[in-house]
Amino acid sequence: MFQMDEESAKIRIVKRIAREFMEMSSDRDIFVNLGVGTPTMVADYVEGDHVFLQAENGMLGVGPAAEPGKEDPLLINAGRVKVTETVGCAYFDSATSFGMIRGGHIDATVIGAFEVDQEGNVANWIIPNGKQLGVGGAMDLVAGAKKVYIAMPHTNKKGKPKLVPKCTLPVTGYGEVDVVVTEYALFRFKEGRMILEEIAPEITLEELKEVTAAEFVVSATLGTLTE
Amino acid sequence: MGNTITSKKLKTIEEAMSLIKSGDRILVSGFGNSGDPKQLVAALSKQPIKDLTIISNDLGSPGIGLGALLTAGMVKKLIGNYYNWNPEVADAFNAGKIDVQLVPQGSFAEAIRAAGVGVAAFYTPTAAGTELAKGKDQREFDGRMYVLQEALKADVALINAEKSDTLGNLVYHKTARNFNPLMAMAADLVIAEVGEIVQAGSFDPECIATPHIFVDVLVKRG
Repeated sequence: MFQMDEESAKIRIVKRIAREFMEMSSDRDIFVNLGVGTPTMVADYVEGDHVFLQAENGMLGVGPAAEPGKEDPLLINAGRVKVTETVGCAYFDSATSFGMIRGGHIDATVIGAFEVDQEGNVANWIIPNGKQLGVGGAMDLVAGAKKVYIAMPHTNKKGKPKLVPKCTLPVTGYGEVDVVVTEYALFRFKEGRMILEEIAPEITLEELKEVTAAEFVVSATLGTLTE
Repeated sequence: MGNTITSKKLKTIEEAMSLIKSGDRILVSGFGNSGDPKQLVAALSKQPIKDLTIISNDLGSPGIGLGALLTAGMVKKLIGNYYNWNPEVADAFNAGKIDVQLVPQGSFAEAIRAAGVGVAAFYTPTAAGTELAKGKDQREFDGRMYVLQEALKADVALINAEKSDTLGNLVYHKTARNFNPLMAMAADLVIAEVGEIVQAGSFDPECIATPHIFVDVLVKRG
């Protein structure tokens, strides 16, 4: 089966999600919170001035990473990257920040995941008994953002499906996932069903099913996953 | 400017530290080493006290910021949300040396605000049905499940601001604001580490983020 190198896979995923945001912002301003890692790369491919990035540590209007030598050590995003301001940027305390998130004022969040299951549940915050002990804002973001986008590789490092019938790891939020984009496919959750809407041009539907443990429905208007 | 700055709240860092006791519950501000009271925490880590409950977003990095309190064996319990930046927390927890209570970051922030504004608890959709809702009341409103989150109150809050005036009105710098205005409301004793102290009346009243009613002690950053 066709294998994509990690970097190309990430770029395909984030470009596809960036296109969603450009469509959503064609006639209005939208507000988006990007998780750390691959989701942050979405910002690099969003064009135009109508997608505003929110950082849960208290900033609306997050700009690109600061150039070396021009950093302000106190101006960081939620991944501790030293960032810059965009025009019209605002700062606020953490309760106001999560008020934006939980109160339904954030149009979308993009996060990574360990597992997503066919009921739209997502597990992305902890692997029990490991070296990591933290939840951060993940549960607030999946519960509060209007749309939850998952950006992740289709399979884990052992080649096992990350799209599963039922999450085996501790769940971050139940029934909260709206869209999953991997290097192989785009799925949307609608009325409790997981629907394949786009498939990568390099693979067949049979091949996709082999690496997808979750049950899904194929859209009547199945398209090609393009950047 | 020639005016003498006098403030009833201004104390030395030693005087401020003498107000903190073993067993205290202490709120400490900051997010990822931005907006944390670095000098207060460094001084606290040298005090002969123990059994502290530290309520903070994270615990700095190993040996840095709040990490120093754990290294010094002063911590009994942590209440917070993100310790991935300091793996010593997971090590101490897995070894049974400390208790750790994880609260999702938004629930954590709101619980501190609630403590400061006289609200005992609130229902939030965050974490409904998950492991972090275990032991907490869950109920349905309008067809959606919510979790009861109790307020997080403390004996002491250690906060940080860019500037104070002589009364204790505070202004912050960019993302260093984070939990500071919330923690300023939620403790019996609020100690603020500030970079600069100016005469009352110097700030545009519209720009004051924390009104001085919330602040008890000012310590000037050295």
